[in-house]
Amino acid sequence: MIRITRKVEFSAAHFYHNPNFSAEENRRVFGKCNNPHGHGHNYVLEVTIAGEPDPTTGMVLDLKDLKDILQREVMERMDHRHLNYEVPELAGQIPTCENIAAVIWKLLEPKIKTGKLDRVRLFESPDLFADCTADNGNGARA
Amino acid sequence: MKTSLTRRYRFAASHRLHTTKLSEAENKRVYGKCSNPYGHGHNYVLEVTLTGPVDLATGMIANLGELDPFVQREVIEPFDQKFLNEEVDEFREQVATTENVAREIFRRLKSFPSARLERVRIEETSKNSFEVTDEMEEVRA
Repeated sequence: MIRITRKVEFSAAHFYHNPNFSAEENRRVFGKCNNPHGHGHNYVLEVTIAGEPDPTTGMVLDLKDLKDILQREVMERMDHRHLNYEVPELAGQIPTCENIAAVIWKLLEPKIKTGKLDRVRLFESPDLFADCTADNGNGARA
Repeated sequence: MKTSLTRRYRFAASHRLHTTKLSEAENKRVYGKCSNPYGHGHNYVLEVTLTGPVDLATGMIANLGELDPFVQREVIEPFDQKFLNEEVDEFREQVATTENVAREIFRRLKSFPSARLERVRIEETSKNSFEVTDEMEEVRA
């Protein structure tokens, strides 16, 4: 099995606020991320597909096809958007790195027809990232 | 699908690879220039990976407002701008290789109360990295 990874970058705004918390609680839990005007990041997304290379093409999945999927499913939804207001898949969720990565996983998984989605890694900054991986039951990577 | 969160930290420290279990000549042979008597330093990059359920109220595996001060207290303050061999008790007896440093950091961080410590990875330089996972430590225990 081979793993292949494609990287894309998008820029988006967000802030953290739970309407069930008091204003004071929101500030305590979320700190400056609670600023209601929002703030932004240059997100870096790495998507990994695992599979056997096709004997004819030598490819697990044509990276151009993956690029198109990422454009349609992620870039058009999230690039230059406000994640709290403009991405319906995140409605009702705090748009943390963990939650955005999970939304991206759920958007991409059914679209990968050749090979299997193996990992979604989303960097909010070079020093913070979330990984979503296939869970085969015992916590190990499939 | 399983989600994890990774945070990167930095610290600068010096060390010397040297053990009293070996003769001077053997130390020199095994550790080479890393055994020079006055030590040398690195800009270490530490990656801490946590897993666990994503809290529905916060959207988080762990709140960085809690994780950052914890790592600061357990690792960065005791290690940063220090000579590891002399200033961190655990390296008085065991050699301050980055394997041992990674394992010691894993030991210090595994008591983080709000999520499970899955992995500690350290880059000693941009060319060398060392990794400890909970599974590896369970096998050892």
